[in-house]
Amino acid sequence: MSSILRTFGRLRALFSRHKLDTDLNAEFAAHIDLAVDEYVERGMSLAEARRRALVQFGGMQQARERQRETRSLMHIDILRQDLKYTLRTLGRDPGFTTIAVLILALAIGANIAVFSVVNTLMLRPLPFPNAHELAWIAPPPTKCGLSCATYSVDAYDEFRVGSRSYQDVTGYFAFSSSDNLSLKLGSAPITATSIDVIANFFQVLGVQPAMGRGFTADDARNGAAPVILLSDAWWRRQFNADPNIVGKAFDMNGHQTTVIGVLPASFDFGAVFAPGTKVDAITPLNLYGPPRDWGNIVTMIGRLKPGVSLAQAADEAARVAPTMCWNNKQPDTCGQYKGAVVPVPLKDYISGKLRRALVVLWAAVGAILLIACVNLSNLLLARAAARSKEFAMRGALGAGRGRIVRQLLTESFVLSGAGAIFGLLLAVSLIEWFAHQGAIALPLLSTLHIDGAALGWTVLIAVFAAVLFGLVPGLRMASGNLHETIKDTSAGSGQSRKHERIRSVLVVSEVALACMLLVGAGLLLRSFMHVLDVDLGFQPERAAAIKVEYDDSVPGDKTGELTTQKRAAIFQQTLSRISAIPGIETAGFVDYLPLSQNRSWGLPFPKGVKPPDKVDSPLVYVVTQGYFHAMGTRLRGRDFTWSDGPHSANVVVINESFARFLASYTHWPNNDAIGQLLSGGGPGNDMRVIGVVDDVHEENVDGDAGWQIYYPATQASPSSAQLVVRTTLPPAVLGATVIRTLRDLNPKQPLAEFRPIQSLVDHANSPRRFFMMLVGAFAGLGLLLAALGIYGVISYSVTRQTPEIGIRMALGASAGLVQRQILTGTVRLAGIGIVIGAMASLATAKLIASLLFDTSPWDGVTYIAMAAGLLAVAVLSGYLPARRASRISPMVALRAN
Amino acid sequence: MTPQPGKLDLLQGTLDLMVLQTLVAMGSLHGYGVARRIEQISGNEVLLNQGTIYASLVRLEQSGLISSSWGVSSNNRKAKFYSITKSGRKKLASDARHWERLTGVMDRVLGMSKDTGEEPV
Repeated sequence: MSSILRTFGRLRALFSRHKLDTDLNAEFAAHIDLAVDEYVERGMSLAEARRRALVQFGGMQQARERQRETRSLMHIDILRQDLKYTLRTLGRDPGFTTIAVLILALAIGANIAVFSVVNTLMLRPLPFPNAHELAWIAPPPTKCGLSCATYSVDAYDEFRVGSRSYQDVTGYFAFSSSDNLSLKLGSAPITATSIDVIANFFQVLGVQPAMGRGFTADDARNGAAPVILLSDAWWRRQFNADPNIVGKAFDMNGHQTTVIGVLPASFDFGAVFAPGTKVDAITPLNLYGPPRDWGNIVTMIGRLKPGVSLAQAADEAARVAPTMCWNNKQPDTCGQYKGAVVPVPLKDYISGKLRRALVVLWAAVGAILLIACVNLSNLLLARAAARSKEFAMRGALGAGRGRIVRQLLTESFVLSGAGAIFGLLLAVSLIEWFAHQGAIALPLLSTLHIDGAALGWTVLIAVFAAVLFGLVPGLRMASGNLHETIKDTSAGSGQSRKHERIRSVLVVSEVALACMLLVGAGLLLRSFMHVLDVDLGFQPERAAAIKVEYDDSVPGDKTGELTTQKRAAIFQQTLSRISAIPGIETAGFVDYLPLSQNRSWGLPFPKGVKPPDKVDSPLVYVVTQGYFHAMGTRLRGRDFTWSDGPHSANVVVINESFARFLASYTHWPNNDAIGQLLSGGGPGNDMRVIGVVDDVHEENVDGDAGWQIYYPATQASPSSAQLVVRTTLPPAVLGATVIRTLRDLNPKQPLAEFRPIQSLVDHANSPRRFFMMLVGAFAGLGLLLAALGIYGVISYSVTRQTPEIGIRMALGASAGLVQRQILTGTVRLAGIGIVIGAMASLATAKLIASLLFDTSPWDGVTYIAMAAGLLAVAVLSGYLPARRASRISPMVALRAN
Repeated sequence: MTPQPGKLDLLQGTLDLMVLQTLVAMGSLHGYGVARRIEQISGNEVLLNQGTIYASLVRLEQSGLISSSWGVSSNNRKAKFYSITKSGRKKLASDARHWERLTGVMDRVLGMSKDTGEEPV
């Protein structure tokens, strides 16, 4: 009890120092007065009484110190002393302080930022309650894109009813295209993107709307009044964060649609399920309407019951799968999902592929931190060397070693603390910037923020860094021989040499780390250049696309023939008007753009040949004439024409890979598909191949192109219409004219975005570019720090050797020789570092092999280029001190000693 | 900075005990009075410097064993007066017991005869 009281008292004493001191002085004065009174009473003179009183009291200052020591916490008082001293010494050397804090801020800032990214994508659970229960249910990867990664409504129903492992299973419509919502507020409709989800979507994910209500089963019934949930971002952007939005109805896609709620800011559909795209609103998917017959359209997400393991769920899914039918009305489709229903943790689906890249990124910033620490160690060693006499003097005056180490460590903690504060500021702005890079196709990016874990991490690495870079100089200083140090002059005695050896070791390790970073960045850069060189099968330059609204419905059209004719007329008219715009070379329609979405129908096969089992279907595109030219895709054979109508023979165009695959099952003259008949899979029965086009990278840039088949929009039905134009002018210039023309033709045409095709490619490459840029930036930083380290060491050794150089020059050494010798020293240090770094890279390069594209992790060119670059930078940073050395005047140098 | 901690420890404890005892015996007293009183009782053997008393006083006060307030002495000097608290009395009682036991043991140990190693009877 009393010891607790005492601790409180001592703590309080820390903050009321001044008052307590005044009190104590008054008490001492009273003490002396009382003593003097007593002595005077005994008959002494006042002077004698005073003298006696003071003698009896003893050392006044000692008594005061003793009392202070007792009443307060000594450690903190010493700390305060050290801090004051540190701030004073650092303030006296602003150049050093600025550089040190800057280096640390960069390194710590980069570390916090990357930690936040890693934490969000890898460590932290997904932003849903009990996120570990969520499972993504999908088939293993296939060639046929989204259509083979989704399920039919019948299959979903069967799975949901047949599985006992889940609390509930939900999903969303995977084929919503962007800009699919046309909101009519003013004169021209505005486009937005909405996703159809199964009514229980938000219950399964555990997301509560911030305002209003979520969907109910009734919202998804046939004939239900249209309702919509707005994303927080869209609500703010489009509706000015209207607090009374719930219940209001708007004209969306021609229907009065009621806003029933606003989603919380923490839920971003795009960030989780469709990285790099923005989803503005969510609408209910009516499973019991037409979607029932659309084939594979929904994804599946399940929430496991508590206590059910993923392995159990997987076992069960394997049992349920054979009972699922593609369409319950077609018994022969039952069982086709066998082996194609596999639950994986939702988090693995979302960010699992990024794990390796994140680990590499983390390692890269870790290396940066190490390099920064080595650099700081070096700077502090140089400083400590300059201050060694001060410390020796303090030692001689009775300061213990612990006290000196403590003083030095206080300095490192102050430096790293300041570095951490600035680093945190840097990280906050970096993270803010990352979070707003909506175009980068990385999941959860928009949810990035600095959280408690990131702050904890900051403290951790700040302490780690301080100990790391402060300990070596501290121990070095404290272990020195006092006598030697005081004697040690700048003329190169043993102590300085030892110092220099440590510093050389530090520089070598720094160069080695920088070398590893550079090699890693170089490999990623080379991969990225290879990716940019990939023949995409189309030419994105000077091509752009815009989503076009059209109404091809014909009332009472039983066969669909009239609809097709009406559509063909609309398309033909649109294309002729658009092509007439000056600056537009060609134009064509497609329903799905490459690198965005895709779907497949069935497997067309050479007529009369039985297709093998278990073969993926080609991706299907419905296009018009002019599309291939507008896209820049090479075509052999002929293009579609407007005369390929509903009454003429069915025609298709296929890609090279698919043509080769088909040719291997049959005997075609010259193995050429052109002119051959295919059957099955498409809308018509027999389809003649009229052309073969280049393989187009449909799903990604760095993978293999799959099989593709193109149907004419005059015979098959497109799911939407993207107008693709090839221009002779920069596309951005033509956007306004194109939209005006489209609105002229159809006043319902919304103000959709006129997107350069290049943006699709950039979007697909964005994660790779993101990682490459980050690692590249870190490597650049590492290089800079290493150069700084080399400069510091060489510069210091030149200063130390000034008298020696002076003597040598006095004895006839030329300036060139001096310069050469110093540069040789530099190259030796850098060379050792590079060799060690290169060997370490060779050993660890396998780690990043999976991130590389078309590049060996042991790519000689990269290694040699990076080593040469590093060496050049080393020579450059050694050159400045070398030049200084060669200009030493012997007279001055010798006199100075 | 701290001179010979081993010696100080013993002195510290002892001095605290003396201060408490003095305050019990004399009631409320200022620092000078406490120091003088201890000097008188001990025949000037214990306390080297009167100033050392203040470290002891602040320690005891922070532990809640004594309390202080400014007042006026009999010869009209303003001074800080200390008095023992309830927990101070308790502490004194237990420390005094402890001290007696310790001195008893020390007496016996030091009184041991050299050749037999047995207690003198």
